[in-house]
Amino acid sequence: MDINDIIKPENRVYKRPALLNDCHMHYCPGCSHGVVHKIIAEVIEEMNAEEIAIGIAPVGCAVFAYNYIDVDFIEAAHGRAPAIATAVKRLQPDKLVFSYQGDGDMAAIGTAETIHAANRGENIAMIFVNNAIYGMTGGQMAPTTLLGMKTATTPYGRRADLNGYPLAITNLLAQLDGTCYVTRHAVHTPAAVRKAKAAIRKAFENSMAGKGTSVVEIVSTCNSGWKLTPVQANEWMAEHMFEKYPLGDLKNE
Amino acid sequence: MEEVRLMKGNEALAHAAIRYGADGYFGYPITPQSEVLETLEAEMPWETTGMVVLQAESEVAAINMVYAGAACGKAVFTSSSSPGVSLMQEGISYIAASELPALIINVMRGGPGLGTIHPSQADYFQACKGGGHGDYHCIVLAPSSVQEMCDFVGLGWDLAFKYRTPAMILADGVVGQMMEKVILPEQRQRRTEEEVRRQCPWATTGKKGRKQNVVTSLELDDDRMEQNNLRFQRTYREIEKHETRIELLNTDHCDYLLVAFGSMARICQKVMELAAEKGIKLGLARPITLWPFPAQQIAEAARHCKGILVVELDAGQMIEDVKLAVNCSIDVQHYGRMGGNVPSPDEVLNAFENLFINKK
Repeated sequence: MDINDIIKPENRVYKRPALLNDCHMHYCPGCSHGVVHKIIAEVIEEMNAEEIAIGIAPVGCAVFAYNYIDVDFIEAAHGRAPAIATAVKRLQPDKLVFSYQGDGDMAAIGTAETIHAANRGENIAMIFVNNAIYGMTGGQMAPTTLLGMKTATTPYGRRADLNGYPLAITNLLAQLDGTCYVTRHAVHTPAAVRKAKAAIRKAFENSMAGKGTSVVEIVSTCNSGWKLTPVQANEWMAEHMFEKYPLGDLKNE
Repeated sequence: MEEVRLMKGNEALAHAAIRYGADGYFGYPITPQSEVLETLEAEMPWETTGMVVLQAESEVAAINMVYAGAACGKAVFTSSSSPGVSLMQEGISYIAASELPALIINVMRGGPGLGTIHPSQADYFQACKGGGHGDYHCIVLAPSSVQEMCDFVGLGWDLAFKYRTPAMILADGVVGQMMEKVILPEQRQRRTEEEVRRQCPWATTGKKGRKQNVVTSLELDDDRMEQNNLRFQRTYREIEKHETRIELLNTDHCDYLLVAFGSMARICQKVMELAAEKGIKLGLARPITLWPFPAQQIAEAARHCKGILVVELDAGQMIEDVKLAVNCSIDVQHYGRMGGNVPSPDEVLNAFENLFINKK
């Protein structure tokens, strides 16, 4: 049998999503962002929503998300993605509007916008990538950094008396009347990727159905910032992060 | 159809926006301009024109909602007063850097800090000299009547869309709060999605029938970022060339020139009358655009004058542009009140006489 007898459309079981650009990503090897980008691109493609999708990119490692996911994008100032998503959706209610933010963006500088967009029940999907560190600026403490975790600004480990406690903002959002679906996932195993993708699909469908705000947290690795190999980072995440940020639905209405 | 009404300047802003066919307003209450949001909420334009009105959680959120709406090619605006506009400066810089059309209204109150809720013009520097970070300008319109509050809403948006740059209405608390007769324009239709797509092909409307649109101010390549800046500067030179506006009163045969904007220009009209009774020939130059500043027109009007008095509700801000306009070849003096105080015409005339007549 020739190799060309195998390479046929009917035999294809996996492909790069059409909406994920064929280019080098700037993400570090082992970073979770690439996988999250891929499943967002897949979901938009599977929903046939590429002509109505508008993404809001954050400040942080995913600042160039628009270079990779081939739909319309607005680049937000640091922390303002939920306010921007609010206006885009209110002014264009027939569009699929999603924000994509890291932990500093969503849970530190942008906490007010995050809480109030969710509390208004804006018909948007918030994708929240929580790797417990500021990756882009070189590994400083994030609001979600675990107690004892070493970062560039907590070189001896995060201390509650100095730095306060890790902020589980997703749990906060689940308390608000405006949210309809709040869930926490990871992308460290094939099974987890599938579940995360299903969650993003549900969040996108909720926003198009006008059910309110959906929040999908992806507990993620930053192996560069954590100073671990990709494999070690996945293991460290499962061992330490999931205890503070347990996976599963927090709200599903 | 047109309608004649008696109302506050702040209310006129709201009615003018609805009638312009505005797509959205995003704001946060602050004295002395809260009537803008209150009037919009009472008018409920979402029931008639489909305009979105949203009370945001902060001025920071409001200006970013405006940034977003502008990115979608929509006619969107916000209004605030001095401390709130300070909070908006980062967003205004992003709007300018992303080459988006938006309308921002500042009904100024006295500062610095929390200051006072009473009128001021002390945000002149902030409005005209950048305000936020980076090399950028807003087109700055200075209304001196309720009618101009109404008219400059449409003018502001027209200029903002023409040049893809933010426009600001820089009003003072007097113009926002005072009531006058105003002729409201005819109701215009909001643009359809097809019209937005045609007029704003850069807008994030979903990539139907075209390639991806991205609205961003980020450019990490130094040479490309410099090219972006050079493009902004070319736009600013075009605006300076075509959009400079000024009103000149009695400037042909005056001995001295008053320069004032907004409510102070109204007071200076009375100062001119009082001076005439004393045989003093005063002219008035009222910049309508504070940026671009009508430097050439002021230099021309002041050519035969013995002196210029710049009258402002601040410690002396516009005077710097007036001095530059005449290259300091004429004696330029300043008179201003601060802290929310507004001078009477007699007070201004007295100051003028002390500065120019009695000193000789």
